[in-house]
Amino acid sequence: MNDAREEMGIDACLLAGRLMMEAGAETYRVDDTMTRMAASLDMEGADSFTTSTGIIFSPGGQRRVKLTSIRRRATDLEKIARVNAISRALSSGEMTLEGAYGALKKIESGNFMFPFWLQVLAAAIASASFLVLFGGNWQNMIFAVIAGGIGFVVSEKFHERTRVKFFSEFTGSAVIGLISLAAVRLGLGSQLDIIIIASVMPLVPGLLITNAIRDLMAGHFMAGISKGAEAFLTAFAIGSGIALILSLRGAGL
Amino acid sequence: MTYVIHGIFSFLASTMFGIIFNSPRNRLLHCGFVGAVGWLVFLASRDLLLEGDAVKASFLGAFAVAIVAHLFSKRYRTPMIIFSVAGIIPLVPGGTAYNTMRNVMEKNYDAATVHAMEVFMVSGSIAMGLVFAEVIIQLIFKKRKTT
Repeated sequence: MNDAREEMGIDACLLAGRLMMEAGAETYRVDDTMTRMAASLDMEGADSFTTSTGIIFSPGGQRRVKLTSIRRRATDLEKIARVNAISRALSSGEMTLEGAYGALKKIESGNFMFPFWLQVLAAAIASASFLVLFGGNWQNMIFAVIAGGIGFVVSEKFHERTRVKFFSEFTGSAVIGLISLAAVRLGLGSQLDIIIIASVMPLVPGLLITNAIRDLMAGHFMAGISKGAEAFLTAFAIGSGIALILSLRGAGL
Repeated sequence: MTYVIHGIFSFLASTMFGIIFNSPRNRLLHCGFVGAVGWLVFLASRDLLLEGDAVKASFLGAFAVAIVAHLFSKRYRTPMIIFSVAGIIPLVPGGTAYNTMRNVMEKNYDAATVHAMEVFMVSGSIAMGLVFAEVIIQLIFKKRKTT
């Protein structure tokens, strides 16, 4: 294997690892994917060290060790599935290294997210469904739709503008609390608690919780603890947003 | 009748979460199915078998989610996480966590501690359910390979 090709192989492994980590894959799966790709590229003794903020990849032997940092993390299951399919194709020999690297580059620059309006609609419908699951009355459904949808928009837009993750969830849940409280105070809705709980559900860090557990069980303590901390802080931000509004209620509003 | 309504709405909720988490488009309905199975197992075992014990019921719900998600991931050769993440969401103890927060705000620390403990136990049992299912599935598939 010549130098340029070897370099490309190392880059392809790292790129695949970074894309999966950014999309929210489990740490052990990222490690596994990179080692498998390396094995199919004849890199003997390849090893990697993955945390939720960076990956160090050693291709083994005399080759250079490289690292990549992970700056943004989002939930994008489609990306995980695509990178996984490419690594499978590379390992089974259906894809050449050049083809795989090109496909990974395309995934890096592409955007596979659902359009924003559809995500908002999904958040609104999900809130309404949770209202039913948590035993709410049918006439309160409309408030869950409104509060859940607007809360999701506020949280996402704040995240885009400020890049401060916990603040965006705090604001989102505070807005949800405010809308629900207003609906009940105006005499339009009842069951303040259930409306708030149902509308807050789209902000819950579900992926982080599941991944933190699975990483801890797989022995990736560094990544597991840091993901658990992120999940805890997010939950805490949601809780304090709601608490702020509830304390207004205590003040007589 | 309650179970039909709950089945429909948990399916809807999990499918919508599939959209928020950007699942592959042709797998959205599978996400919804996993979520509905998990919620119905949770609900049925809580009300019929366990006399309202949410902790054990969450364990069974998470267990069911992980088993179905694993079967789907073997069948479609995609990572299991795609199916399990949306399915686990309805089991998250959001309501109890909210009650903890509210009681803290109202300075009812006794009630808050009880709710906080329940949140802790339920999250723990969801975790155990996921892990147990994974271990069992691994044992089964390894056995098949050797025989």
